[in-house]
Parts: sequence; C-alpha cells; structure tokens
Amino acid sequence: MTADQTDLWTVLVILGLTAITVLTRTLFFISSKPWHLPQWAQRGLQYAPIAALAAVIVPEIVMTHGAFIGHWQDARLFAVLAGAAWFFGRRGQGQAVLGTIVAGMLVYLPLHLLWGW
Amino acid sequence: MFFKSAFYRHPEFKVGALDSMAAAPGLAAWGLMMGVTMVNSGLSTFESLLMGAIVFAGSSQLAAIPLIAAGAPMWVVLATGFCVNLRFVVFSAHLRPYMMHLPLGQRLLTGYLTTDLSYVLFTRRYPQHGGSAAQLHAQQAYLAGNCGVNWVAWVSCTVIGVVLSAWVPTQWGLGFAGILALLGILFSLATSPLRWVSAGVAGAAAVAAYALPLKLNIMLAIAVAVALCLLLQASQRAAPSVDEEVL
Repeated sequence: MTADQTDLWTVLVILGLTAITVLTRTLFFISSKPWHLPQWAQRGLQYAPIAALAAVIVPEIVMTHGAFIGHWQDARLFAVLAGAAWFFGRRGQGQAVLGTIVAGMLVYLPLHLLWGW
Repeated sequence: MFFKSAFYRHPEFKVGALDSMAAAPGLAAWGLMMGVTMVNSGLSTFESLLMGAIVFAGSSQLAAIPLIAAGAPMWVVLATGFCVNLRFVVFSAHLRPYMMHLPLGQRLLTGYLTTDLSYVLFTRRYPQHGGSAAQLHAQQAYLAGNCGVNWVAWVSCTVIGVVLSAWVPTQWGLGFAGILALLGILFSLATSPLRWVSAGVAGAAAVAAYALPLKLNIMLAIAVAVALCLLLQASQRAAPSVDEEVL
C-alpha cells in the first residue's frame, strides 16, 4: 500500500466492518420474534472473544517476520510483563486497560529505541 | 439517541453523560492511538478518518488493521472483526428486553452506539429492565447521554490521532500500543480458568499455524480453542471436581 492512496477495496472493508459492528451489537434485538441460539453455541460464545483476541495478539508478541523469536531479548516480552503486572496489580479496576498500555509502552519504548531490542 | 431533545432534556441524560466522562480519559488516549496506528499501518488519511468515524469498535479495528495492511481477503477481515465483536452478541442478548419497545430503526442505532463501556455502565445503573413508559424513557435518556459523550470523545480523538500521525514515525513502534490495548481487554475478559485455557490454546495455535494462507491461523485457533473449552466444560460437568463442590 502506498502512502495516502485511498483504494476502493479498503473503503469496502471499512463499510463491511461497520455493518459487522451494527450486526453484532444488535443481533438479539433485530427480530421481534422470540428465538434462541442452540445451547452449545450459547456456551461456546463465552470462549470465542478471548480466543479471537489471543489469536490476533500472541503472534504479534512472539514472532518476527513469520518466525518464532526463540530468545528473550525482545522489548515486546518485557512490555507484556509490565502491562500484565499493572493490570493484575490493579485487579482490573479503574483505568486498567489504559494502565496496561502506558506501563507496557514505558518499558517497550526505552528497550526498543535506546537498547535496540 | 443523543440528538433527540426528549432525551437530552431529561435529567438522566446528564447522569449518563457524567458517568461516561469519568472514563473519557482512557477512551481519549485509546482513540488518539487508534488514529496514529491506522495511518502508520498504511491506511490513507481518508480511510483512517472514515474508519474512525463509522466502524466505532476499537478492538475489531485494531484486529482488522494488520489484516488490511497484509492484504488479507475481505471475508477474513470481516470474519475476524465478527469474532472479536462476538462479546457484543452476548451483550445484545442481555440488552434485548431494554430495547424491544423501540421501533427497529432506533433499536439498530442505539445498539450500534452502545460500546462495552456504555453496556457496563448502563446495566450497572439499571440492573432491572422494563417498567413504566416513564422508566423506559429514563433508561433511554441515560443511555443516550452515555453513548453521546462516548461517541464524541472517540471520534474527535481519532481525528486528532490521524492528524498527529505525520509527526510520529512507525519505527518508534508506537503501533505496539495497540497490541497492549488488546492485551488489556483480553485480561478483562479472562474471568474464569476455562477462558484462560481458551486464550492460551488460541494463542499457541495461532503461532503454530502461522504459515497457513489468508490468516486462516486466526480462524483455526478460535475453532480449536472453543471446541476444547466446550469439551472441558462437558467433562467438568460429568465429573464435578472437589473445587467446584466446595464453591
């Protein structure tokens, strides 16, 4: 993708994602008829969001250019530890997500920019 | 919604708006970073502004951005966004009785604007649904105020992020803040041991199957993790552990 060129495909993807936002946020109140998901799907639903997040972020943390990093001298690993320490130190209360970002970046940026990890 | 005078003149509108403002600093930082991340990942200014203004779902945007940048097929991007958004399906089941008195168009608009934050705050203020017409109206006024502040904070900070992105080079690795944000959301979803299993299995499977084309490793990882958790749940029920009996 070249800088600042808008292409139709990306715009269509963005419109599609908007439709997904509407669909997922309103799925159970679109129809006025009573209906239910199958039991197993209802139970499965509670594990899917966290699985989706983990599947997206874990490769971004432990892989570089499609290969497992295989060593510990990587700024990302320490950033994740710092973020986790903040989140669980706060027991998920208050601005825990923001704190995870800030604590993680405070570790990540010096290690990445100054130390070169 | 928030542009209706019947809502913004109602006292509950202000209560909802104030509740949302208490959380606005977090939302603002997250929106700002989103703007920078979108441009730094290769989206054009127009695409970034469009996405920031209309998709209105931070986690699915963050998940979709690397896929768009990698040129993944559209169905993979949309399916990934859908899966990341699946928690909203659960919320919509919960919110259904609060919404069904509204006409379809308003239900769709209200649902679209109700993020995680508004859902949590709304159900905290109104644990019981239903009631008289006046009570239903008060609920909607609260939600309108809450979502209104949310929307304005999110969209304006995304625009600022898009503008500032020109002075923030990608080599700094600020995009990693997006991964940390998703990590924070992941932690907040990890409320049971089996959910931790789901995250661990999905993460490992996504790395192991990384070589698959079309980012199919993500879909595979979700399917494996959910199937395994359903099996573990079924076996736990068949033979309840000592812990469960104590609890």
